Amino acid sequence: MKILVCIKQVPDMESKFRINGAGTWYDESDLAWRINEYDEYAVEQGVRLKEQVGEAEMVVLSIGPDRVKEVIKKALAMGGDRGVHVKDDAAFAKDSFEIASIVAEYAQKESFDVIFTGMQSQDRASAQVGVFLAEMLGLPSVTTIVDFSYADGTVTASRELEGGLKAVVKVATPALFTCQLGLNTPRYPTLPNIMKAKKKELLTVEVAELLKVDERLETSRVYFPERKGGGLVLEGDVGEVADRLIAILKEKTTVL
Amino acid sequence: MKTLLVGEYRKGQLRDSCYELLAFAEKLGAESTLFLVGSPTDLPRTGGKLYLADVAKYGEFNPEAHKQLLLDVVAREKPDAVVFSHSSYGWDLAPRVALALKAAQISEVVDVVDGSFVVPSCNSKLRREVKANTAVSVITVQVGAFNPGQPAGTPTVVALDTEAVGALEFVGYETAEKGGVDLTKAEIIVSAGRGIGKKDNVELIARLAEALGGEYAASRPVVDAEWVEHNRQVGSTGQSVSPKLYLACGISGAVQHLAGMKRSEYVVAINTDRDAPIGEVADVLVIADLLQFVPVLTEKIKAL
Repeated sequence: MKILVCIKQVPDMESKFRINGAGTWYDESDLAWRINEYDEYAVEQGVRLKEQVGEAEMVVLSIGPDRVKEVIKKALAMGGDRGVHVKDDAAFAKDSFEIASIVAEYAQKESFDVIFTGMQSQDRASAQVGVFLAEMLGLPSVTTIVDFSYADGTVTASRELEGGLKAVVKVATPALFTCQLGLNTPRYPTLPNIMKAKKKELLTVEVAELLKVDERLETSRVYFPERKGGGLVLEGDVGEVADRLIAILKEKTTVL
Repeated sequence: MKTLLVGEYRKGQLRDSCYELLAFAEKLGAESTLFLVGSPTDLPRTGGKLYLADVAKYGEFNPEAHKQLLLDVVAREKPDAVVFSHSSYGWDLAPRVALALKAAQISEVVDVVDGSFVVPSCNSKLRREVKANTAVSVITVQVGAFNPGQPAGTPTVVALDTEAVGALEFVGYETAEKGGVDLTKAEIIVSAGRGIGKKDNVELIARLAEALGGEYAASRPVVDAEWVEHNRQVGSTGQSVSPKLYLACGISGAVQHLAGMKRSEYVVAINTDRDAPIGEVADVLVIADLLQFVPVLTEKIKAL
């Protein structure tokens, strides 16, 4: 079995964001980068599937500047076999259609039985790339999965719907799955596995070799939303703030 | 401008989201036609044309068949935009339709400004204005972003049929375990977010809730980490609550969480990040480390 896991590196969402010079995205300097949270579940599910079937290879792919090698290495330390880094310093400016096309161009050279992606990225949050990729490759896809089991070429997955409801779906492989938070408990890479991961193959491909389409979506402007809240901000000594908060709750609510 | 609005049907019922789509089309000043895989016994209350495929034949979840039905209608109506809710149904089906139509997809629209669509990024900390370079666009609209008017009218139904067969087999629905905790009736809720740091700290939140005579709850990451059971989760995939006081401790305020608590009467947020989106809906934002602040507040409330 061949498994592909597509991952993205994103800034920590608690970062103090600044807008870039062109006003079309956040400034990428001085940010702490990590693996997109949804993709961490995708990596874990790929490793679990690989461990289950035994005879399997798991490829981890990421697009971006050199820094994204860090998240590929993390995924390799979690159990991936080899990495593919599509080098693109302008990945941030590409739309979901271009990103999916790049991955599809690579993926059709190897034929994967199971592909995992996150259901969305934490920064763009478009929830498009996984399904686009499946449609481009002519594969069925199941999105937003919170449960996954595999037996004899068939996957049974649960999709998370609204209000605590799930939809159980069966599909034969090859197929693609987009992973929702909570799908599993991602493992921490151990030190020996981190050391081993350094020796694993990490192939770099220039994006120009894989990008053959034009963008369909244009960003004209990025900005901070206006603070509508007339919300009161309290800070300072915790004891004093607690007293002020209690006084406010007595005045404004009926709960105290 | 012409829009084709895609309604949703779940567990034998029309979902209200279609009225939000109508409100969105109205904001655009666009003509609208509806599409629904549903039942003739539960139709949207609105005038205009409704393309209806029978859910008994195609199922509530069968993306390939739904895609084909929708593409047939697009060929007949030639809309400028096909519009979905940004829901588990919409974000699943929209990209399939977008790719087939060679259309740009614009996800989770919260506003329309001078013909550009506004979408959130980075956990709602940023806004992006985007434009499609394609003749047709596919749009998903954030749930709750466009307030529906009073629904009224009866649609003119056009029945649909297709031969499409899907590769996915829908087995059935599962409902998450519901325990004895009904947060929807709680008057005071103290809710824990990722900012509590570890499972042991749930105790701090529970103690404050107890001191206030309320219930404790949690946001999704805390439930995913199994620090708190799912039947105490507030948000679009948990419970929707409307207490007199909602105290959000270490919750950043992802849109899915806000969807579950925005009907609270009074909201207090405790957070170290003053830019966290929870600040947008909070009446009071306390900038503090909750591990220090919550125990102090609990003791002072107990002493009242």
